This record gives sequence, structure tokens and C-alpha cells, in this order.
Amino acid sequence: MLHLTAGRVGSLLARRATASFTTSSARMASHAHEVTETVDMSKPMYYDRVSLPLPDRPFKLDLTAEDKSLKQKEKGPWSQLTKEEKIALYRLMFCQTYPEMRQSSAEWKTVLGGFFFFLGISGLLVLWQSIYVYPKAPKTFDPEWKAKELKRMLDMRMNPIQGLSSKWDYEKGQWK
Amino acid sequence: MSLPKPMMRGMLAKHMRIHLPLAFAVSFGAALVLKYTVTEPRKKAYAEFYKNYDSVAEFNRMREAGVFESVRPTGK
Repeated sequence: MLHLTAGRVGSLLARRATASFTTSSARMASHAHEVTETVDMSKPMYYDRVSLPLPDRPFKLDLTAEDKSLKQKEKGPWSQLTKEEKIALYRLMFCQTYPEMRQSSAEWKTVLGGFFFFLGISGLLVLWQSIYVYPKAPKTFDPEWKAKELKRMLDMRMNPIQGLSSKWDYEKGQWK
Repeated sequence: MSLPKPMMRGMLAKHMRIHLPLAFAVSFGAALVLKYTVTEPRKKAYAEFYKNYDSVAEFNRMREAGVFESVRPTGK
């Protein structure tokens, strides 16, 4: 299963655009336009994942001359690297830091809003349906019928200990 | 630039040390609450109901109300 979000695919494709050009030049030449950019998934891919800390390949593959010189310096003792150089080397290897990966978004507001919105629409549909679609209720729902049902339940002493009949005062003929 | 070494092992044990006794305590507490708010009143209610229960008188009352099919109210 792919864990790539749309944003990460975007950055991935931006980096891999040059790579895909060289490997699939024949394919590109045969099409006048590409509908979607293809990612070669048979090769190691970069990913930002909290659960897997070491991606299959470095983030930045096409290095400028400056980057290459920095990589050369990295081969020497690291105590000679400045703080900015260390950070630059990190950013060459990785796209996002762990705090950046973990940062929350405001997406939940959209989700909740959409949920309530569609719930409201459904409620309106159900309301319309109950007025215009349902047939008339059977006679057992009439208030008189329901009163006779209740009287019969009390007469047969239904649930006399903690339930219905326990709440009825039989001497006075009213609810307790 | 030197950070403290993060916790490398023993996370589950540390979690369980607090949460396992807590889980037992909450479960027993919930059971006790249920016992004294639900089951004891229910037992009392049943005892009270049956202390002075005259089933024959109750049956005759129900018979007069006309709910039975095997015996009709007296006088029919």
C-alpha cells in the first residue's frame, strides 16, 4: 500500500521529473502530452514516514556543484562542518524533519464540517420523505388505541416490580 | 547541539506500571458502583414486592379487568 499523500507525490514527482525523462524518453517522445507523470516504482523510492526512519534513497539526487563540494567535505572529519553545512547536508538527505512530519493540519475542521453538512441534507430528505412519501399509519397508532393498549398492560400487571405497573397507583387510578 | 539520549527501551513496562493497576482499579470500581446503584436496589425492590404479595387476590383483580381468556370476570 502506498502511504504517499498528494503533497509528497508532488514533491517526489518534481524531483523525479528529470530522472523519468532520461529513463523513459522513448515513451515521452511517442506521446504528444503526458496526462499523468509516471513514477518508476521498480526503483528505490523516497518517503517521509514516522514509522520508518531511513528511506530507500536520499531525497535530493541531482546535486548542484555547491552540493557536490559539500558532499566532498562530508567525507572528512565532521567536526570541521559548520552548523549550516550540517543542516544543508540533512536537507539533501531528507525532505522533512520529524517535527515537520508530525505537524497537525486543520483538515479535521473540513471533515467535521462536511460530515455535518451532509448529515443535515440527509435530515432534510428524511423530513420530506416522512411528509410526502410514507402512507398513512395503521389504526394501532391512534391515541385511543394506544390508551386502550396501556390500560390492558396495567390490567395484566405488566412489570409490576420495577417497570410499568410499579409506576401506576392502583388505588387512586393515576400515575404515582 | 548535544541532545539528551531518548528513551530506547522499556516503554511498555513503563506504561503498564501505571495503567495495569489503574485498569484493575477502574474495573473493580465500576463493578462496585454497579453493585450498589443497580443490583442492591433491585434485590430490595423484589424483596419488598414479594413480602406481602397475595397472588390469588392479584389474580382476581386481573380477572375482573377482563384480561384472561380462560376465566371471564365473575358474573358473566
